[in-house]
Amino acid sequence: MTAAITSPAFRENAHQALEDKQLQAVLGTMRTGFSVKRAEAAAALPEFEALRDSARDIKNHTLAHLDLYLEQYEAKVTASGGHVHYARDAAEARRIVADICRDLGAKTVTKGKSMISEEIGLNDHLEREGFTPVETDLGEYIIQLRHETPSHIIAPAFHLSAAQVEQDFRRVHTQLPPERDLSEPVSLLNEARQMLRQHFLAADVGITGANFLIAETGTSVIVTNEGNGDLTQTLPKAHIVLASLEKLVPTLDDCAQMLRVLARSATGQDSSVYTTFSTGPRRAGDADGPGAYHVVLLDNGRTGMLGTSFQEMLRCIRCGACMNHCPVYQAVGGHAYGWTYPGPMGSVLTPSLIGVEKGGHLPNASTFCGRCESVCPVRIPLPKLMRHWREKEFERHLTPATTRSGLALWGFFARRPWLYRQATRLGAATLALAARGRGKFAALPFASGWTQGRDFPAPEGRTFQAMWAAEAGKRRRAGGKPGAKEQNP
Amino acid sequence: MTARDEILAGVRRSLGVTGHEEPRRQAVADRLARPERGVVPARGQKTGAEAIATFRKYAGAVQTSVTIVSGPEQVPAETARWLSANNLPARLRMGADARLAAMPWDATTLDVSHGPSAGTDLNGVSHAFAGVTETGSLILLSGPDNPTTINFLPDNHIVVLDSADLVPALEDVWARLRAETRSDPLPRTVNMVTGPSRSGDIDRTIFLGAHGPRALHVIVIDPDMAV
Repeated sequence: MTAAITSPAFRENAHQALEDKQLQAVLGTMRTGFSVKRAEAAAALPEFEALRDSARDIKNHTLAHLDLYLEQYEAKVTASGGHVHYARDAAEARRIVADICRDLGAKTVTKGKSMISEEIGLNDHLEREGFTPVETDLGEYIIQLRHETPSHIIAPAFHLSAAQVEQDFRRVHTQLPPERDLSEPVSLLNEARQMLRQHFLAADVGITGANFLIAETGTSVIVTNEGNGDLTQTLPKAHIVLASLEKLVPTLDDCAQMLRVLARSATGQDSSVYTTFSTGPRRAGDADGPGAYHVVLLDNGRTGMLGTSFQEMLRCIRCGACMNHCPVYQAVGGHAYGWTYPGPMGSVLTPSLIGVEKGGHLPNASTFCGRCESVCPVRIPLPKLMRHWREKEFERHLTPATTRSGLALWGFFARRPWLYRQATRLGAATLALAARGRGKFAALPFASGWTQGRDFPAPEGRTFQAMWAAEAGKRRRAGGKPGAKEQNP
Repeated sequence: MTARDEILAGVRRSLGVTGHEEPRRQAVADRLARPERGVVPARGQKTGAEAIATFRKYAGAVQTSVTIVSGPEQVPAETARWLSANNLPARLRMGADARLAAMPWDATTLDVSHGPSAGTDLNGVSHAFAGVTETGSLILLSGPDNPTTINFLPDNHIVVLDSADLVPALEDVWARLRAETRSDPLPRTVNMVTGPSRSGDIDRTIFLGAHGPRALHVIVIDPDMAV
């Protein structure tokens, strides 16, 4: 059991999202936000494309030797005084974290941003076990107050307006004067800073994610802009790192390569503000830092992806560029995808981790425009992998009956070319006649799913094959084979 | 079977390996023994005055202010000037760094206290281990000299950087830590700081001063005063 799943209801979720005016207004800003900044950052660095190749190669090398790098990483963490815990699934990971907190007699647990924490549904579990988890990334803090899940992997509260945040702060921060002015967005930031500072100082355990794990030194790396992850992991008695197996890279130098593509792909920054490398607990003589350092390494289905075509998905560094550039994400937002990981990366990863029975709708939510692959910093062939899922869904008879019978009907004609030509000719001519020169249909029988949202273009009377045959005839009459000129200089 | 053994066995089963293959083990041992530098952008590959100017350019682009002084003895006065210019109290927290301790703080009116930050300090000062030209970043190491809490808890962070410690890229920081045998183990925390704290989580707009310092001021000590 992991975080709550509504992926099977993707169609209904998407319909609701399209009707949500507030959400649509927010999503409308995407085209001028992250994607423009990423393009500018990439264009400003001549080595950017070479760095994408380098990042892809580092991840491929690591995944091909993952067992050996895991052993090396574990040995180094242990040598620096830390502890590595392996978790086969979400339940095991939750139990390990709760046990560590209990052993330390913890009450308050501060948390840096971690998608693994979302994946395993950690907060609910910690609350059930009597701990008080406090999210400290501003976006995560806001959605925790609202009992929501992140709608974007790097901007969890992307779907909310400042006005909504103000309402939540007034509802929850009741110890502050009700007449205070929160009309400026920056005042919301200052209020969150003030409230969270108390939690940072009071926390017994700090939990962070990891953008990378470094085998060479047994180091975990977090990348943030706020500094919340650093306060989370520096002030309490213990620092717990949640990470999945594929976060490993071999060396510090390899990590430097990855960092150059991460921030640029995510937010268009050359570098995030705080990149922090943590190795073990505080040392003798250190003035601050956590007394204990634990790493929980989560599998949760990932080893099953190795050795398959989905191994390529394990290169993902969670920058969010694929969703920032996705027309489907831009239309429906992140919550419609129904589980922790939205957008194109989620459409490939979700069926891998929770099963194609539950996540099978997601790979269908694609126009195959290919923008996700074109911006992926580690060059994951996302459209190809989504097609693989569609094939698997079909093979396993999970595709709806109407789609299957439609494809069967098309297959019947496609195998009989003469019949296919006759049928399409008749269809094109009929539609052209019915359109009466308007060039489009506002409504069509059996096609309301299409025409509700947009017009259906009307054929002009002839099929493509008929036009092609006519063009070929013209070329033949004009004399000479195509390309003949080039062959005779 | 423990979770560890089961996961490692699962990885090996999926990859179709045993873990004992000599070429695989050799490839990993080589990679760890001789880290590859990979693609290092040309934009940081500068020396002398050009390096300082480039550092200043990229630091400025992320709202870090940079001042250059000709010697360590000028750092306290520059610190006092910056605090006063920004209407900040003349109080300062610092660790046990010997280079900072040797500076003439008594010649200023600054009220200096020592040790990690407990969260009530408005201003902190640290000495950087290195600066990275490529991104205008500072590298700070944990320890008694420059406690990590000073990098994050005070509202205003002043960082002293020796121009001799300016390196082209992060890879050069690793090379220096390895040469000084401080990479095994690394210090508990290596912070790479690129600008003051910020967040874009409210209204999809960037505001400075989320949880870490609202302002970051770098004092570069450059005996040549080249820039």
